[in-house]
Amino acid sequence: MTELAITRAGAASGPAAARVPAAVPGPAAAPPLVAVEDLRVSFPASGVEAVRGLSLSISPGECVALVGESGSGKSVTARALIGLAGPGAKVRASLFHVGGGDALTFGPREWRRVRGRFAGLVLQDALVSLDPLRTVGAEIAEVLAEHDVVPRRARPERVRALLEAVGVPDPETRVRQHPHQLSGGLRQRALIASAIAAEPELIIADEPTTALDVTVQAQILRLLADRKAAGTALLVISHDLAVVAAVADRVLVMKEGLVVEEGPAREVLTAPRHDYTRALLAAVPSASAVPRRPDRSPVAAPRGPVLAAMGLSVAYGSRRAVNDVSFRLHAGETLGVVGESGSGKTTLARLALGLLAPDAGEVILRGGPWSGLPERRRRPLRPAVQVIAQNPLDSFDPRHTVGRLVADPLSALPRRRRRERAVELLGRVGLPPELLGRRPRELSGGQRQRVAIARALASRPEVLICDEPVSALDVSIQAQVLDLLAEIQAEDGTALLFISHDLGVVRRLSDRVLVMKDGSVVEEGDAGEVFHHPRHPYTRELLAAVPRLPERAAGGDR
Amino acid sequence: MTAAPPARRPTTTAPAEPPAEPLATRPPAPRRLPGLRVPAWLGTPVRRIVSAVAVLWAAATTAYAALLLAPGDTIDILIGDGADTPEIRAQIVAEWGLDRPEAVRYLSYLGRLLHGDLGRSYQLQRDVGEVLAGQVGPTVRLTLAAAAVGVVLALVVAVATAGRSVWPRRIVSAAELVAVSVPQFVIGIVLLFVFSFSLGWFPVSGAADPEALVLPALALGLPVAGVLGQVLREGLERALEQPFAVTARSRGLGERAVVARHALRHALLPAVTLTGWFTGVLLGGAVITEALFGRPGLGRVTMQAVSAKDMPVVMAVVILSAAVYVTISALLDLAYRLIDPRLRSA
Repeated sequence: MTELAITRAGAASGPAAARVPAAVPGPAAAPPLVAVEDLRVSFPASGVEAVRGLSLSISPGECVALVGESGSGKSVTARALIGLAGPGAKVRASLFHVGGGDALTFGPREWRRVRGRFAGLVLQDALVSLDPLRTVGAEIAEVLAEHDVVPRRARPERVRALLEAVGVPDPETRVRQHPHQLSGGLRQRALIASAIAAEPELIIADEPTTALDVTVQAQILRLLADRKAAGTALLVISHDLAVVAAVADRVLVMKEGLVVEEGPAREVLTAPRHDYTRALLAAVPSASAVPRRPDRSPVAAPRGPVLAAMGLSVAYGSRRAVNDVSFRLHAGETLGVVGESGSGKTTLARLALGLLAPDAGEVILRGGPWSGLPERRRRPLRPAVQVIAQNPLDSFDPRHTVGRLVADPLSALPRRRRRERAVELLGRVGLPPELLGRRPRELSGGQRQRVAIARALASRPEVLICDEPVSALDVSIQAQVLDLLAEIQAEDGTALLFISHDLGVVRRLSDRVLVMKDGSVVEEGDAGEVFHHPRHPYTRELLAAVPRLPERAAGGDR
Repeated sequence: MTAAPPARRPTTTAPAEPPAEPLATRPPAPRRLPGLRVPAWLGTPVRRIVSAVAVLWAAATTAYAALLLAPGDTIDILIGDGADTPEIRAQIVAEWGLDRPEAVRYLSYLGRLLHGDLGRSYQLQRDVGEVLAGQVGPTVRLTLAAAAVGVVLALVVAVATAGRSVWPRRIVSAAELVAVSVPQFVIGIVLLFVFSFSLGWFPVSGAADPEALVLPALALGLPVAGVLGQVLREGLERALEQPFAVTARSRGLGERAVVARHALRHALLPAVTLTGWFTGVLLGGAVITEALFGRPGLGRVTMQAVSAKDMPVVMAVVILSAAVYVTISALLDLAYRLIDPRLRSA
């Protein structure tokens, strides 16, 4: 079902005017591993043309990066190189050489020899990209068996050696474990081990670090760089330009199925020629950038904090998810909470929302009790504290229309007024009223997050709790959503509790910052202070791990 | 009898709730809720045994309550349509302790069950245990054969059609729908008509030789195959879209290997949940199928007992089916753990 119908594109298969010339072969002038010209991938069933005339070559030992936002066709391109563009995909090209063979003539058997043996694929999240029901060892051994790399008896030894090679400690134990028993970093290493098991000449890594914490991301990037140093060519697909900057020799920027800019990584990232590349670079939130809003007048707060936490602790079994955390959040202020996964950020959000009772400590809302109240008395106060979750696709009822989602908190209004108010709210978040009848699945990621904000605003909250509100979005959309939040805050004086693993995003919006690790606050202070003069070693480690773009020739700040 | 095909389920890993069963013997779906952890010292085996005992007790008590609540004298009810002599009456009073206080009566009833004594049928003048024991064999053979038919057919059809082109799928889906929606006795009559009366391949009735098992097993197993096939195929297709299936293909595996080594196990989880449901279908269906094909078996005994108002036998059948459910659900729990390592440890 995934085998593709590949036809040679005729000479007159459309104007290839925008074609980027294939890269010059490396200094050694070895034949390229992959040489593709005028690649077109379409899905006739849905009428989508995902790739529209892309040319690409990868030389041995080279690292090429494909960057672009979601829907740009970068993943489809990568998968087309191993014949896995997807069910029903139609792949055409005027030249399509993969691993020294003409891929236009490949049947299922030839493709299967390419996969694993010539090119290994590393996908985003090893928790789902490795079969969750099988052991890590079985997954790696599968490649060895499929391509008969070593005789059966030598396989267990080879699996252990591979795990060791990708830096997994104690491989004897790990081979028998399942993906869910490994940490995110170890899982990703195991996935890489399975991709390199048959010693492929090329590793295709599709968003290999996107699901990882920054410190782990840095380790995985180092591991990929090691593979490259060992002579393996790399094709890295990422939406994150900073990640690309860390490993790539050459960068192709994709937009809507076309390469809009191509060149050596340093050149593309420091002196972009195309507007789209410039826009992408400008949108990257950076932990070291100047804060975005120096103009805001600090709220002279004679009143106390809107939301305050004192000595909060929560334990799940013997694990302390949140350990003696205190904070104060004033009207019009943004308190950023940063930390890696498992640091207790989300538990803190649930405490602040009054969805979870603390084992110790107390949350105070507007000077009155909040966490200690029985639900019946807390419910009338709930409109004051609203949440924006990471993925509205999960937090919205997929069967409800946008109108119903937004009007949900408006039950106090008469029916007629509800619709008006919903339109008003959509207007505030920059959405046209036509969207009222749509369902979440029919919206783009940015639109969905705007709907989530509109819904949260419906009850005129004093506190907005944002739990990774932009982590699922493309950088340019991220910037727009963050601007929208800042705008709303400036107009309404809403207090934001802004939780994110992304230091750049937190930096962009926060007045003050809490840095969390293992449930405790390790550092707290003014955002500028924390980011520029971190005191705690963990904060320093976090900041150092953030991949950085090279300094740009053209000034980046708008 | 047969439920409509289950609605599409959102996930492969969270087993679907089975259609309603006579007794609440199913364990809660093994989906872990955050914050709802059972202390480690109250481990799974202990909880399982406690709940199994509770279910059996509830079944026994319900049967007992039915006896007490039935209108008329308890002795008359226990005799039913059987011979009514002063000797038998005296025997009943002695065996059921009817001359003693209520509580003692109830406790001695439970005590008797604990010793494996299911009582005596005064109509048949035999011990109930003995009556049932003679009939368990044919029924077990029939249900196992039907279960095998259902599972094997469903597996073959689902693996052959998952993710394939549109037409074979449509045909198979239609066949499944027919199998699910046509009552078992109609399937049985059609099978009898074609293969026994017209073609003469299989005997019309009896249980003497293995050939006699073929048609009843088909009649009973086809509806099961219909539902299981749909669930399995959907599970397979869902699994084949997952990232791990892409990874598996990227290693050079052929489509068949991806299904066999990866997707099938994922598809089994929701299918296993249905096993609890189809045990019920098989037990209930046995009553009709055994009558239709003139086979001896528990179903037949149950029907005779109900129509002859042989209360001790009916009560024993209630308790026996509760025991079967408890056993099946314990086995299912084990099966989940075997299939999905994520359910094994916290």
